[in-house]
Amino acid sequence: MGYRKVAIVGAGITKFVRRAEETGPEMAYLASKMALDQAGLKLKDVEMITLGTAPDAFDGVHMKGEYLLSGAGGNGKQYIRNFVGGGTGVFAPIHGWMHVASGACDVCLVVCSEKMSSCHPHPQGAFLTIFDHTTEQPLKPTLIWIFALEMRRYMETYGLTKADIARVAVKNKNNALDHPSSQVADTVTLEDVLNSEVLAEPVHRLDISPASDGAAAMVLVSEHVAKRLTDKPVWIDGVGWNLDTAYWATKDLYYPRYVEKAARMAYEMAGITEPHKQIQVAEPYDPFDYKELHHLEGLLLCERGDAARLTAEGYTARTGNLPVCPSGGALGVGNPIAATGLMKVIEIFLQLREEAGKRQVPGKPRVGLAQAWGDLMQVGTVIVLRR
Amino acid sequence: MKIEKVPMKGLTSEEYEKALKISWKPKLQYAWDNGIAIGKYLQGLKEGKLLASCCNRCGRIMLPVRSFCELCWRPTDGEIAVNDTGVVNTFAICHVNWDASRLKPDEPRHIPAVIEIDGASKGQGIMHVLGNVDPAKVKIGMKVKAVWKPVAERVGSIDDIRFFEPY
Repeated sequence: MGYRKVAIVGAGITKFVRRAEETGPEMAYLASKMALDQAGLKLKDVEMITLGTAPDAFDGVHMKGEYLLSGAGGNGKQYIRNFVGGGTGVFAPIHGWMHVASGACDVCLVVCSEKMSSCHPHPQGAFLTIFDHTTEQPLKPTLIWIFALEMRRYMETYGLTKADIARVAVKNKNNALDHPSSQVADTVTLEDVLNSEVLAEPVHRLDISPASDGAAAMVLVSEHVAKRLTDKPVWIDGVGWNLDTAYWATKDLYYPRYVEKAARMAYEMAGITEPHKQIQVAEPYDPFDYKELHHLEGLLLCERGDAARLTAEGYTARTGNLPVCPSGGALGVGNPIAATGLMKVIEIFLQLREEAGKRQVPGKPRVGLAQAWGDLMQVGTVIVLRR
Repeated sequence: MKIEKVPMKGLTSEEYEKALKISWKPKLQYAWDNGIAIGKYLQGLKEGKLLASCCNRCGRIMLPVRSFCELCWRPTDGEIAVNDTGVVNTFAICHVNWDASRLKPDEPRHIPAVIEIDGASKGQGIMHVLGNVDPAKVKIGMKVKAVWKPVAERVGSIDDIRFFEPY
C-alpha cells in the first residue's frame, strides 16, 4: 500500500513499581537510553520521537508531553505526544510506525512513561473525570464500576463463572515471576484470587492489575537502516486502531467490536487471513483478568465465548498452542498504563528474537501480536510483528 | 537487551514516608455548560421526564439527548419523552467509593447498573444506580422503575432520579 517497511531494532524498560523515587522524565531517560544502547545508536541519530503517556491528572502536571520531553531525548527534535487512554501504549509504536513508514524519517524513538503514584490518596480518584461530567459524574462512578458491569455482562452472556475468569490472573501473575520488571508477580492460586477482597462484585482485588510507575522505549527504523544495525530485525507487519462511541452504556458490553475492527485493519495490512492459526504468540491487554478473554475473542484468536475454556485447558499457557501474555501482563508485571502497552510490544519483540530468557515460548515463533485498550471501553490498538 | 538488569527498585512505604517531597492539593473549580442537548435532557429530568432524541434517517431513539446523530452525522429531529422504566442490562455490587476508599460494613452498597430504557431503541441504556433492593436479588433482565426526588427538590440533574427500583 505504499508504506515503507519499519523494523524494531532496540527496546528498553524499567522496573514497574508501586512508587518510584524517580520522576517521570527520569524513568523516560532510563528506558530510552537502554533502547538506544541496544540498537547501537546515539541520541543524535534519532530524528523524531513520539511519546505516550496517560492523563495529566495522575501526575498533576499539565502539558505532560512537554514535561517528559527532556527525559525522552526530545530537546530540539520533532517530538510529539500521542494519547488514546489505555490504548496509548500500543498506539505509541503505531504512531512511530507512521513516522517511518511514511518516509518522514528513518529513525524514530518511541517512549512511554507513566507515574501514577503521585496522585493521592489513590490514582483511582483521577479516573472520576473520564466520565461525562453532567450525566455520569454526579453518580460518583469509579472505573471499577464499569469493569464490573462489563465483566458481569460477559459472564452472563456465555454462562461463565468467576473461576473461569480468575484462571487468567493465576496464569499471568505466575508468568510474571520470570519478568525482571515485575511488580506483583506471585505464585497465587485460584482460591487466592476467588478469596481476595471483593471490590465491586464480581470483581475481586486479585482480578485487577495494580497502579504502577514505570517506563518503556523502543527504536523504530526504516529498512535500509535496519540492515546496517542488526541481523535480527523484527518487522512491524500490520497496525490497526479503532474508536467506538463514548456513549458506552448504549452498546452491548459482552463483545469489543472496536478491538475486532482494529485487529482486522492490522491483519489485512499483515496479510493475515486466519489469525487463530497464524498468530503464534499474543499479548492482549489484561488490566482485569476478564479483559484478556474478551480481547482474545475480539482479536479473532478464538471463537466468541471460548477463551475461558481454552485458558482452563492450558491453550494460552506459555507452553500452550497460543501462548498469551507470556510476559505476565498487566496483572503480573504491573500496569503503568502507557508503559504497559509498550512492555507488551517489547515482549513480542523479544519472543520473536528468542531473547525472552526464562519467558521464551517454545516453537521459534515468527509472528506475534500485542494489543491495548482503553478509555470508556471504546479504544482498540493492535500491532502485528514478524521476524 | 539486558532486560535482566532493568533499572529502578521502587520505594517501600517506610522509604516513601522519609523521602523528601512536595505536595499540592488543587482547589480547581469548573462550571460545565450543559450544552444544547443535555440542557434539554436535564430540563426534562426536572419535569420528571426522561427525554430521548430521534433521528429520522436511522430511526433510532437515543439516550441521552444529543444535538446530532453520531452515526448519520446530521442534526437530530427533536425529542420525545420515553418511559421512566427499563431493564437491567448489567450491574455490579460495589464496596468501594469513587476514590478507592472502602465502604463501612453498615453503609449500603453502591449498585451501579446499565439500564435499557423502555421506549428507546434496543440497547439504548444509561448508567444509573439501583436502590430499595436486596443486592443478592438483583438480576440481569430485571424490570426497574425510576424513583424521582420530590418536585421541589429537583434541580435538573441526573440525581433528580434518586435510583431505579424493581417494580
